[in-house]
Amino acid sequence: MKTSTQRPVHLNLLKIRLPIGGIMSIIHRITGVAMFVAIPVLIYLLDLSLRDVASYQAAGEMVRSPLGVILLFGLMWGISHHLLAGIRYLLIDVHMGVEKETARKTALLVTVVAPVIGALLLWGLL
Amino acid sequence: MSRKASGLKAWVIQRVTAIYIAVFSIYLVGALITDAPINYAEWKGWFAGSVMSVATLLFVLSVLMHAWVGVRDVLIDYVWNTSQRVIALSVVATILIACALWATQALVLARLV
Repeated sequence: MKTSTQRPVHLNLLKIRLPIGGIMSIIHRITGVAMFVAIPVLIYLLDLSLRDVASYQAAGEMVRSPLGVILLFGLMWGISHHLLAGIRYLLIDVHMGVEKETARKTALLVTVVAPVIGALLLWGLL
Repeated sequence: MSRKASGLKAWVIQRVTAIYIAVFSIYLVGALITDAPINYAEWKGWFAGSVMSVATLLFVLSVLMHAWVGVRDVLIDYVWNTSQRVIALSVVATILIACALWATQALVLARLV
């Protein structure tokens, strides 16, 4: 019998081979951490944009700069993936889409659709 | 958060905040795409509106709580050393509280000035 100390409490990232559900899940996690990092940047931009006309324009120029557009796409992709995967988790909480086949399909759907929605949102915003 | 109920509490907090964040994000991005404020006065006026101001503050609070639960889960998985984990969690908590105060300050000033 295994003792409690033999349980895999911590995850060795190099030993994990992920199915689609796992890939969707790790992107959910990475986008979550990335958006945590983005929080101060977004608040900086909000603060700057609300101060006066000049700083409002400066904030707009930052967002429309090449780096700004790349990061904005990343944010829109991230928010789309995190939101869609989150809705999928909420549905699984209420026992919807739990079956293996369905769960794999929805995981693939989330992973594929998120960057498309991200690109559409970026296009709409610019 | 008490040790006894922290798991269930975190689970509930994550879901309740997720729903509000989802609804507000969709409204925010949707409004920016379809009917974006075109100049500084309109932009500031939008955030200075009483409903929008409180809704945005609630969003900031929800994101703070949601990010705390999420980042805490990640750190529990990957930072194995207890003292390193405590330090990392403290840094994250400080950053999140500072960000919430910062955003609150910016939103309140937009109404006052």
